[in-house]
Amino acid sequence: MTAMTVQTGVQSLWFLSRGSGLILLALFSVVVVLGIATRTGSVPARWPRFAVAELHRTLSLFAVALLGLHVATAILDPFVSIGWAAVVLPFVSPYRPFAIGMGTLAVDLGAAVLLTSLVRERLGFRAWRAVHWLAYLAWPVAFIHSLRAGTDLGVWWVAVVEWGSAIMLATAVLARLLGGVRTRPATSGSASGLPLGVAAQDAGQGANAR
Amino acid sequence: MTHDADSLLRPSRPDGPVDHLPRLLPATFAAEPASLDEHVARHGLVPSCGRDQRRREELIGVVGRAGLTGRGGASFPTARKLAAVASGHRRPVVIANGTEGEPASAKDKVLLARQPHLVLDGAVLAAEMIGASRAVVVVHHAVREIVDNAAAERRRAGIDKVRIRVMTAADQFVAGEASAVVHWVERGVAKPTKTPPHVSEHGLEGRPTLVQNVETLAHIALIARHGASWFRSVGTPAEPGSMLVTLTGALRRPGVYEIEIGTPVSQILGLAGGPSAPLSALLVGGYFGTWVNWDSAGALPFSAAGLGTLGAGPGAGLVAALSDDSCGLTETAHVTRYLASQSAGQCGPCLFGLNSIAGQMEALAGGRTDDPGKLLRWLGQVDGRGACRHPDGLVRMVRSAVECFGVEIDQHALGQCCGTGATSMLPVPPQARRWR
Amino acid sequence: MTALAQLRVDPIACDGRGLCAELLPEVIALDDWGFPMIRDGDLPAALREQALEVVRLCPKLALSLEHSSIR
Repeated sequence: MTAMTVQTGVQSLWFLSRGSGLILLALFSVVVVLGIATRTGSVPARWPRFAVAELHRTLSLFAVALLGLHVATAILDPFVSIGWAAVVLPFVSPYRPFAIGMGTLAVDLGAAVLLTSLVRERLGFRAWRAVHWLAYLAWPVAFIHSLRAGTDLGVWWVAVVEWGSAIMLATAVLARLLGGVRTRPATSGSASGLPLGVAAQDAGQGANAR
Repeated sequence: MTHDADSLLRPSRPDGPVDHLPRLLPATFAAEPASLDEHVARHGLVPSCGRDQRRREELIGVVGRAGLTGRGGASFPTARKLAAVASGHRRPVVIANGTEGEPASAKDKVLLARQPHLVLDGAVLAAEMIGASRAVVVVHHAVREIVDNAAAERRRAGIDKVRIRVMTAADQFVAGEASAVVHWVERGVAKPTKTPPHVSEHGLEGRPTLVQNVETLAHIALIARHGASWFRSVGTPAEPGSMLVTLTGALRRPGVYEIEIGTPVSQILGLAGGPSAPLSALLVGGYFGTWVNWDSAGALPFSAAGLGTLGAGPGAGLVAALSDDSCGLTETAHVTRYLASQSAGQCGPCLFGLNSIAGQMEALAGGRTDDPGKLLRWLGQVDGRGACRHPDGLVRMVRSAVECFGVEIDQHALGQCCGTGATSMLPVPPQARRWR
Repeated sequence: MTALAQLRVDPIACDGRGLCAELLPEVIALDDWGFPMIRDGDLPAALREQALEVVRLCPKLALSLEHSSIR
């Protein structure tokens, strides 16, 4: 009975690792798409833009937490020997060094994006943006990791999530490259509650938005 | 016509003919720029103050007592600017600003073409006064060679303790703005940058930078020689001294003239031979200045106080005379479109707003107004919303045009126009320029 | 001595994304081209927390909250 419990317990680490990995791929893809939407302003008409920006940020933080779980369960799993060093050092894992190494690279890139975003205001816009663009590299690296390290691609719905995420992301990136940025159309009414006459008068009163 | 050679050779003394102009411009027309020898013969050597801190502060004090203000358009008290730049932590640097991005203005080019050494004297003096070791002189390409030669003459004569470097200016309208000049010198991009911090604190290479119009520097060069009371002996007590003006439009002899501040406007136009046709309006100050009716403006003193009663100011010293067979609305529409195209494109309200305003002015000039309120609303939305004063200047000019040409607006709406002149009075450069 | 707070926008960095006006309509309105116009004058204390959020949220980091003091 104990052996069975141990077996099941250990199996759950393996399930957790694989499950969290799949969710992570989908989640990470959504985060990147939201990031592109934040940048281009392509949001459904009723959605406030700050909501898209905040959702991007919140989901990315959630993804980081889930990533922690994914990495920890993979390392703790006794059936494969990966080692803690492989969390940050790519290609040092004895088990499938390339596949795991790609995951490590994705973690490294993600960590750079995360850390710079946390100190964004102190870093300044240009430096922050240069590092943030690494996210566009992190995604394909993570995707390759999921293809090579993943063990369940034979299951039909896993494949759907896998390739669906890829298609969604590719579409968003293509739209970004081709479409550019969408500014709000010139309206004769204010987007906020301030009556436009008041706003215009305030604006005309000099020493304003500098 | 022979000239009394003695009066040119003798430096002005307090009891001499000091009340007479010209001071900056040569007394007689000369086809060539004044050489170093001719310059020294007329004005004497530049009184250097070297590294003596007390002497420097004294000299800044003299400029302060003289009441000299900037001649680039903003009229900021020069001594205050000198003191501010000198008080920085790092060694400052001087930029002599001869960009003159205003297409209708020619005073800086003429000054540099005729009296380059006066400007260079001023640049060197200003550098010494604030403790700088170099001066960058930014000039219009038309006078680049002349200034280069003048700088070379001085180097051969070894008269300056300050290093002079001459550069060609960018030719965009906003290229003359202080932070744009610094940006141009440093990176070859003539676009204004975000202020604060002001260039007096943080400019070229992060140093405190004195960006001074070339005419102001020329005045400094003379004040250092002849003193504050001499400078104040012409002009008004509140606005002392002389200034250069560019007179253009419907005048018999358009050109650059030197005037005493406070001279009546009609007298100034008289220097240019007077109007060549009956006048309806004047554009005063520059393309960022103010339209005024000729009837109201003719008798006013040309000074901030005098022109201020009509909401106008001397600005960069431009006076453009509009004859009554020209169409003020059409001229304004052309200038507005030009100014809109000259936006550096960095700030949304300027980039989009000026374009919208130009469209409205063109509609007004064409007699097709769908909504007159839109123009006024947009003027209010654009004013003060950029990183530099470009949108502010356009707003001021357009607002004054709407007031000045109210009658014309109504006429145009009815399909009539008083203007018969086919050619445009105000020069508008071709808009094929791309930003570098 | 009272501390005055004034929200300011860097017009060069600002891209007219419009997030700020969504969050702080009491103080920020958009002009006809989508760019923020900030109401002049001291920011009410009740809105300062929100203003800091808006500064953090601007995708171009174009907003800043300036403090000055008067006696």
